[in-house]
Amino acid sequence: MMTRERIKVLAVVATLVVIAILVPNTNSFVILLATRALAFSILVMSLDLLLGFTGLASLGQAAYLGVGAYLTAILATKYQFGLGLDFWLVVVLGILSGAALAAVFGLLAIRATGVYFLMITLALGQCVWGLAYRWNSLTGGDNGINLRGRPNVGIDLSNDVTFFYLVLAFFAVSLLMMYVLVRSPFGHSLRGIRERELRMRILGYNTWLHKYIAFVIAGAFGGLAGVLWAHTAGIVSPENVVLTTSVDALLMAVLGGAGTLVGGAIGAAIVFGLREYLSTLVPWWQYVLGAVYVLTIFYLPTGLMGIPERIRQHRARAGKPGEAKKLASAPA
Amino acid sequence: MTGTMLRRLCPLGGSLVLILGAGSPVSAEELRIGYLAPTTGIFAQVGKDMVDGFQMYLDEVKGDLGGAQVKFIVEDEQGKPDTAVTKARKLVLQDKVHMFAGGLLASTGYALAPVSTSEKTVYVNPVAAADDLTQRDLDKYPYHIRTGWTSSQPSHPFGQWACEQGYKKIVAIGADYAFGYEVVGGFQKAFEDCGGKVIQKIWPPLGTKDFGPYIPTIKQDADAIFTLMVGPMSLQFPKQLAASGNKKPVIGGGTSYDEFVLPSMGDEVIGHVSALQYSAAIDTPKNAEFVKKYRAKYGKVPSYYSETNYTSAQMIHEVMKKNNGKWPGAEAFVKEMASIKVDAVRGPVSLDDMRNPVQNIYIKKVEKKKMFGYDKDELWNTVIKTYPNVGQFGKYDKAAFLKQPVYGRDFPPCKFCE
Amino acid sequence: MVRLSAQFWLIQAFNGVSYGALLFLVGSGLSLIFGVMRIVNLSHGSYFLLGGYVALTVIWTTGSWALALVVASLSVAVLGLVMERLFLRPLGFDPLRQVLLTVGFAFLFQQAALDIWTGNNFDINPPDALTRSIVVGGLYLPLYRMFMIATALVIGLGLWLVMEKTRMGAAVRATVDDAQMARGVGIDTSRISMLIFALGAFLAALGGVIGGAFLGVYPGLDFEMLPIAFAVVIIGGMGSLGGAAVGALLVGLADNFGKALFPEISYFTLYAPMALILAVKPTGLFGRE
Repeated sequence: MMTRERIKVLAVVATLVVIAILVPNTNSFVILLATRALAFSILVMSLDLLLGFTGLASLGQAAYLGVGAYLTAILATKYQFGLGLDFWLVVVLGILSGAALAAVFGLLAIRATGVYFLMITLALGQCVWGLAYRWNSLTGGDNGINLRGRPNVGIDLSNDVTFFYLVLAFFAVSLLMMYVLVRSPFGHSLRGIRERELRMRILGYNTWLHKYIAFVIAGAFGGLAGVLWAHTAGIVSPENVVLTTSVDALLMAVLGGAGTLVGGAIGAAIVFGLREYLSTLVPWWQYVLGAVYVLTIFYLPTGLMGIPERIRQHRARAGKPGEAKKLASAPA
Repeated sequence: MTGTMLRRLCPLGGSLVLILGAGSPVSAEELRIGYLAPTTGIFAQVGKDMVDGFQMYLDEVKGDLGGAQVKFIVEDEQGKPDTAVTKARKLVLQDKVHMFAGGLLASTGYALAPVSTSEKTVYVNPVAAADDLTQRDLDKYPYHIRTGWTSSQPSHPFGQWACEQGYKKIVAIGADYAFGYEVVGGFQKAFEDCGGKVIQKIWPPLGTKDFGPYIPTIKQDADAIFTLMVGPMSLQFPKQLAASGNKKPVIGGGTSYDEFVLPSMGDEVIGHVSALQYSAAIDTPKNAEFVKKYRAKYGKVPSYYSETNYTSAQMIHEVMKKNNGKWPGAEAFVKEMASIKVDAVRGPVSLDDMRNPVQNIYIKKVEKKKMFGYDKDELWNTVIKTYPNVGQFGKYDKAAFLKQPVYGRDFPPCKFCE
Repeated sequence: MVRLSAQFWLIQAFNGVSYGALLFLVGSGLSLIFGVMRIVNLSHGSYFLLGGYVALTVIWTTGSWALALVVASLSVAVLGLVMERLFLRPLGFDPLRQVLLTVGFAFLFQQAALDIWTGNNFDINPPDALTRSIVVGGLYLPLYRMFMIATALVIGLGLWLVMEKTRMGAAVRATVDDAQMARGVGIDTSRISMLIFALGAFLAALGGVIGGAFLGVYPGLDFEMLPIAFAVVIIGGMGSLGGAAVGALLVGLADNFGKALFPEISYFTLYAPMALILAVKPTGLFGRE
């Protein structure tokens, strides 16, 4: 039976397959761009877990990308670790480091809500940025850390196409895991918290714990995104944890549609496309990007993924006067 | 309509070209140069100056470098190292450039150099000054040529100069990041090696604009203050220092008083001395012409960002001339570029065996006067001393220098800090 | 070793207070906007920067710094008004969308400023009289810092008087406390909102002109000032003018002394306290929710 849910799932799977087939046949610039967008999308989707499902808007999500990326870079350059089969171990460590940081930050942040949560996550994100700049011996400061080539996990990842497939695979797996999570009872309670936290508490839910766990899980995925990000560009620098990176992630989530998971990927694709593709064509791309943000927030509050729903609503509303007419013209 | 007209004219035009072409010398080869600079974002103005400098040279030679026609493709790296990498790959893989140039920040330089290695494409680096790119990390980047400077290069002779002035104790205050460490570190090493003492090192974070917390902590028994400021920090620090009643002489790194910020500075910087491989006030006919032309074209006095790109284009030109406009291949290009000497706007420039410039270092003092025939009194970095043939290691033995760690926050250690 | 003499403490306190004064100018507008309208205005930093840029244009064309103060603040106030009317009002109460809309505008403003004024680092030059320092007991006190403190006091006092002693102020306070009730009593909350937003933008731009001589005017300043303004408002508590004043003072002093005494953690002297205060009291020191 083709429920709306099944259709959505099939559409996503189909899109992924299409991407997997199409992209490697374009030029290397597009492949690299797609890889970057996919890796960053994992971060945006992790933010969507918080934003769209738990109702927590964070302005510091880039910190988890940063911690995963820096960990990968430091292990690769200082300890020659993660360049072979131990790459998978680095992936695990990246996830754990993101989760660990979120566990610490969550203790400070979760009590806050709304704009206060926004601010405290901003402050914590800025602390990570300050650390990246200041802890020169570890992070290379503003020079950043250069990863010398991608790992060889049996297959050589320095081939852009191969690496693209790897990132796509991670993206698909992350999406799947998050999908399972939001459809689980835990995910439903998160949505309940987003709607009416007070009610959930009255019902006996430990809302703090729920939010905290969601925060840690988001941090974990952020760390994963960081590991992939480090190898995509080959350089990790404080730019990765600067405030505007967190803002970007938030904007992408809303652009695509908060609460839809894939919306984050769509938002990322559009922003990366505009930023790095359009910018090779015209100099006024910033205005286009700004206008896209403003117009989306204004006219499409549910983001691009919300368009089908809005069309449906619009049609439903348009249907009603027609029905009235039918009734009126029906024989008495 | 026009389409059919064109189609009718084309065979005619085509045969014309063939006829003309048959009689003319070999048509120009195309030299594709990719350029990476931030053209949007907070560094957009610096990026513009970089591109303008390069473009001005290309315009002067009408895009013809030794017989090759240049296709100059500028990409926006937005001040982000990973965007720079993406754009660089695009330039190499999609636009098939023969070389790429540019990159502003140290992290961008470090991001682009490996791209040059993995894509076996020449990377001409006019700005990013991170020391190790042509020092301890040299072997990783065989296609990287630096045509600008290393952060510590001007500091070495400057330290000597400070000793010659009779300064014995100096307090250093510099932006708390790698570039700051390298400029201050080079100065400290040279200054202490000729008998001076750096008695205090203060590091305000990058982007500090209120130096209120730091200025009162400056030790009173210093003979002079050495400052390393960049961008907006350069504007505010001298003002606040003067307002605090400072009477000590102030010297500093080149970027503290470079022409990028100098036009917005006030009388408080008159008398401040700094060191760099360029000053817009170099009193040679070549520089006078460069400054006047640049100012007429772009409305501002050129900063070292513009000059270094102008000279880089010039150096590329010299190499192409040697090859009669034919691209000699990446490895040969690197070799040839490493061996040329040019008479640049900033003076004579050659490259050392690690592909970093050997050039004049100018000790310059801010003065208010008229120069080059302009009728207004303005602030200029008057050259008061020139140290010729300064390489990245200064007077130091290369091997010994490379054995010591790169200049950092705590290297050289502050032996004389109480 | 730092000389912890009485002189040191005095001058550092003075510096901290003057920095706090600037922060109050930037933060008070933000606090009012949030207090009255519950709008998280992330283009507040842009208002600050635009105030500086407009002032530059006025100074370049007329040479008058005083005129620049007025023109810049008023024009940005108008800009704020337009933005509120056309873009924020229709959104209704939706903090996330407000945040994102204002950020989108902040990006647009940044690019527009770059196109209009170029990206060179500028400095606003106040009248010569203010650039000197007076010497009190061996301490050099820059007149400009005293001017900043004086301005903050005047504005703070002015705002307080309006809020406490006028009908308009009472209406504003009512709206802050309970907008629905206020409407029930006949207060035109939408007009109040508009006024407050314009006032907030006015204050931010004024801060930009005054701060311009102290911080400079350059691209990126908008996003640099934003977290600082928010730190003030968060620590002081949203919607509370007195809180903004205390918050500004605290941030100014803490940041100043933190950097002077513990320069190793200079990058954290602003954000770490902010995070800690929020962790303990999520609505800020004086906030009420």
